[in-house]
Amino acid sequence: MDDLLADFLTETNEGLTSLDAALLQLERNPANVAVLSEVFRTVHTIKGTCGFLGLPRLEGVAHAAENVLGLWRDGTLPVTPGGITLILSAADRFKQIVAGLEATGSEPVGDDGPLKAALDAAASGEAPVVDAAAEAATEAAPIPIAEPQAETATSGSNAPQTMRVAVDVLEDLMVLVSELVLTRNQLMQLARAEENAAFAVPLQRLSQITSDLQDGVMKTRMQPIGNAWAKLPRLVRDLSNDLGKRIELEMRGADTELDRQVMELIKDPLTHMVRNSADHGLETPEQRRNAGKKETGRILLNAFHEGGHIVLQIGDDGRGLNTDRIKTKVIAQGLATEAELATMSEREIHRFIFRAGFSTAAEVTSVSGRGVGMDVVKTNIERIGGTVDLASREHKGTTFSIKIPLTLAIAAALIVEAGGERFAIPQAGVLELVRVGGVDGPKVEHIKDSAVLRLRGQLLPLVSLKTLLRLETAQATTESEGFVVVTQIGQQLFGIVVDRVFDTEEIVVKPVAPILRHITMFSGNTILGDGSVIMILDPSGIARATGLGIEGGTEGGSMQDSATTTRRNERNTALLLFRAGAGAPKAVPLGLIARLENLDAARIERTGENLVVQYRGTLMPLVPLDTYMTLPETGHQPVLVFGDGDRAMGLMVEEILDVVDVSLEMDAAGLRPGFLGSCVVAGRVTDLLDTGYWLKQAQADWFEPAQQNGSKPRVLVAEDSDFFRNLIVPAIMAAGYDVVTVSNGREALRLRDAGERFDVIISDINMPEMDGFGLARAVREGGAWAELPMIALSGSSSPADVERGRAAGFSDYIAKFDRDALLASLQHCLQPMLAR
Amino acid sequence: MQTNSATPTDHRAPPPAVNSEAASMMLTLTVAGQLCAVPVLAVRDVLGVQVITRIPLAPPEVAGSLNLRGRIVTAVDLRSRLGLPAREPGQVAMSVVVEVGGELYSLLADQVGEVLTLHAEDRAPNPQTLDPAWKEFALGVHRQGDQLLVLLDVDQLLALGV
Repeated sequence: MDDLLADFLTETNEGLTSLDAALLQLERNPANVAVLSEVFRTVHTIKGTCGFLGLPRLEGVAHAAENVLGLWRDGTLPVTPGGITLILSAADRFKQIVAGLEATGSEPVGDDGPLKAALDAAASGEAPVVDAAAEAATEAAPIPIAEPQAETATSGSNAPQTMRVAVDVLEDLMVLVSELVLTRNQLMQLARAEENAAFAVPLQRLSQITSDLQDGVMKTRMQPIGNAWAKLPRLVRDLSNDLGKRIELEMRGADTELDRQVMELIKDPLTHMVRNSADHGLETPEQRRNAGKKETGRILLNAFHEGGHIVLQIGDDGRGLNTDRIKTKVIAQGLATEAELATMSEREIHRFIFRAGFSTAAEVTSVSGRGVGMDVVKTNIERIGGTVDLASREHKGTTFSIKIPLTLAIAAALIVEAGGERFAIPQAGVLELVRVGGVDGPKVEHIKDSAVLRLRGQLLPLVSLKTLLRLETAQATTESEGFVVVTQIGQQLFGIVVDRVFDTEEIVVKPVAPILRHITMFSGNTILGDGSVIMILDPSGIARATGLGIEGGTEGGSMQDSATTTRRNERNTALLLFRAGAGAPKAVPLGLIARLENLDAARIERTGENLVVQYRGTLMPLVPLDTYMTLPETGHQPVLVFGDGDRAMGLMVEEILDVVDVSLEMDAAGLRPGFLGSCVVAGRVTDLLDTGYWLKQAQADWFEPAQQNGSKPRVLVAEDSDFFRNLIVPAIMAAGYDVVTVSNGREALRLRDAGERFDVIISDINMPEMDGFGLARAVREGGAWAELPMIALSGSSSPADVERGRAAGFSDYIAKFDRDALLASLQHCLQPMLAR
Repeated sequence: MQTNSATPTDHRAPPPAVNSEAASMMLTLTVAGQLCAVPVLAVRDVLGVQVITRIPLAPPEVAGSLNLRGRIVTAVDLRSRLGLPAREPGQVAMSVVVEVGGELYSLLADQVGEVLTLHAEDRAPNPQTLDPAWKEFALGVHRQGDQLLVLLDVDQLLALGV
C-alpha cells in the first residue's frame, strides 16, 4: 500500500470516529452550526481526497451525503432525525469501504445505488418515506436536547497541539529509557563505593534527569479514556432504536488518562457492560412511566483517578437487580443454600452475577445475553490486576465499578526468596505478611499432609513455594522459620510460604519467552534495580495449581471453620504489643483486632482534619494513637484495624513489637483516657488499650444505632468485670449489634421481668450474686426468654466446662477474647431469626 | 563482561546488497569439543559469562534467564539440548544471543570461534550414522581442515515446550 493511501486511511478513520459523535450531537441540537460545519467539512474532505486517489465508490457516497449536508448548512432543508439516520448509514458505508481498502488496498465491490438514491431524494426535499418516518419519530419521541457544550464549539477552531507518532517509536523509546535507568543504577552503585568522587554531583543530576525522562516516556503511553468511549454514543443510539427504549448517555471524566495497553484490554468489557445496562438495566418507556420515572433512561459513564488506579463506573437508573430472582437462581444452580443466603447481605447476593454461567436475563436477546456473562467481564478485568464490584438498588438502578491499575508496565511487587531463588509477588493480591516458626511466632500445623496456619481464628491453607516450584534443596530446612504471604484470590484466602521477605519494588512487567508460557505459575518476569532477572509469581496460577481456586469458597464457609476449630488455650490471653508515643509499650488483646496492616504512606489521605485510607472499597478513618506522632512521608505506616464489614477504623502506631501469651493481671493505677490500665508483660509495665474509646475517636457515632433497615439484633451481655465488658462490647457493636450490658445474672432476670426483649444473651460464667450457670437455668425454666439462644463466655473452655454449660442451657461456649469465634457464634445463633 | 563490541557481529541488519553474502556467513562455536555453527544473520550478540537466574519448572534445557541491556534473554544450554554431558563445575559458558520471532534467546556454548563463509554447495547432508539426538538440529555438515562442522538449525533448537 503506498504511503499516500496509508495516510488517507489513518486520517479518514479519525474523521469517521468523530463523525458519529458529531452527528449524534447534531441530532440533539439541530441548530448547532459549529457541529454542522464540522460534519460537512469531514465529509467534504473525504470526498475531495478520494477523488484525487481514484476511489469512485467512496467518492460517490460522499458526494451524495455532502449534498444533503450542504442544504442543511445553508438552511434550505431542516435537519431531521430521519436525515441523520441517512447520513449515519452513509458513514457506515464509508467505514465498510475503508475497512476493505485497508485489507486489500482497493475498494471492495458493492452497490451503493439505493443509498445514493435515498440521499439524493433527501437532497431534493422529497424523500416521502424517510420524512414520514422521521416526522413520526419527532412527534412521538422528542429527542432530549442536551446543553450545547461549550468545549465542542471551541475545539473546532483551535488546532490541537499534538502530532502523530508511531507506537513502535514510543515502545523503542521505552526500551531505551529502561536501559538508561539500568545503567544509571549501576553507576550509582559504583559511586557509592567511592567517597567524594568528583562525578558524584553530575551523576546525581544525571540520575534526576533519567527519572524525569522515564516519567515523560511513560506519559506518552497514556491516553484519555475518552478514546475508548468514542464508539459508545453510536452504540447506545443504535441500541435505543433496536430496543425501543429512550437512552441518554452521559460521560464524565473522558480526559482521565491511562496506559494505552490497559485501554485496549478494557474496551471490550466496557462495551459489554454498556450493552448490558441498555438491554437489561433500563426499562422500556412504558415501564418507566408506570414506575413514575422519566421516560428517558440514563447511562452514566464516569472515570477518575484514585491512588495508582483508575476507577470506571458504568451506572444506569433502570430497574436494578432483582435480589429474589438471583436467590432463586443461586439455589437452583446449587451455588449456595437457602441458609447461607440468609446470612448474606444484599450486596453479597448481587455478586453472584459474576459467577460463571450465571445470567438472570429471562430471555436471550440479540443485544446481550449471548452466553458471554459478567463472569467473562470479571475474568478479563482481573487478568489485568483489576477488580469489579457493583451496587444495585431495586427500581433505582445498578452501578458497576471497575478499578484497574493505571499501567500494566509498572507494578509494585514484594520480593521474596524460596529455595535460594528470588521471586516477585504482585502487591495487589497480598493482604499481609505473617512470620512463622522461630521461638514465639505462630507455628505451621499439619492436617494429614496439608499445611495450615491458624490466623486469628481462621484456618489458612498454606502452599509452600519451595515444594510447588520443586526447589526442595535439603529436607532439613522445611520446618524452621519463614514467612507466610497471605494472598486473596476471589474469596479464597491462602498463604504462600517463603523463606525470606525482602523489600517491595516497583517492577516493569515483561512477558516471559514463548517457550516458558506453559508454566502457569508465572505471570511474567522483570529486571530488578540491581540488574538481575526475576520471575513474577501469579497467585491465581498458584491457586489453580494447588486446587485452591476450584472450590471457590462460599463467603460463609470460613466462618464455620473458625467456630469449630478455635478452642484456644486456657486462661492466657494473646496480647499484641506495640509502641506508640513515649512511655510504656502498649498492648491490646489480639482477638479484638481484625487485621494488621502496613499501609503505604502514600495511600493515606486527608479529609479536613481527619486521616483516611481507602481500604477494601470503603474509606477507613485512621486515628493516631499518639497525637504528636508525625506521619511518614514515604514508606509504611503500621496500622491496627478494628471492626469489620461496613465499619472499620485504623489505629496508627509506631511499631508492632510482638505477640505474647500472658495471663492478664490488671492494675488500674494511673488510669488515663484511652487505656484500661496497665499490666506486666515480659517483665515490663505495659498499658492496655481501651478499644471502645478509640473507636469513638474515629467515628463519634460508632455505637449509634444507624444503617441497615433500622432494626439491629439486640444482644444482652452479662459480665461483671468492667475490663472485659470494655473489651467485648465494642467488638459486638462494631459487628452491627445493639448491646445492653448488665453486671450479673440477677440484673439480667430483672430486665426479663421488666418485659425487655433480646435476640440473644451472652453471659460470663463467674459473676457475683447469680453466675452464668444459674442465669442459664433460670432463663430456660420459662418466661419470655426461654427459647433465646445463650452464649457462654469464659476464660476456661475445657470439655468438662463446655458440657456443664450445655447442661445448664447454653447454646454455645466461647473462650473470652476469641472475637471471631464469638461473632461467628452470634451470627450462627441469629441465623433462624434473619431467615424469617 | 560483554564482549559484543569485540565481535564482528552487529545487531543492525546488514544492507540488502550483501544479503546473499551475509546469508552464508556462519559463527562457529564449540559444544563439548564438537565444532558447530549458526548463521550470523540470526545472531544479535555474543556475551561472556553472565549471571543467569534459574527458572523453576522450566524444561531442563532452559538454563535460566539473563539481562541484556534491559531485555530479558532466555538461555538454552546447548549441551543439554544436544544430549551432551553437563559442563564441569567451574567451566564457564559463552552466550550466543539469537533473535527468533522477536524474542531473544541465548545459546550457551563452551567457546565461540570466528565468522566463516560457508557456501551451501559445499555442504554435505547429515551422515546416516549421526546420533538421532543431533539429526533433528543439524542442517548439514561442512569440512573444516581436519574437523567436521555441524550447521545448527536455530529455530529447531528453540522449538521447546510447544
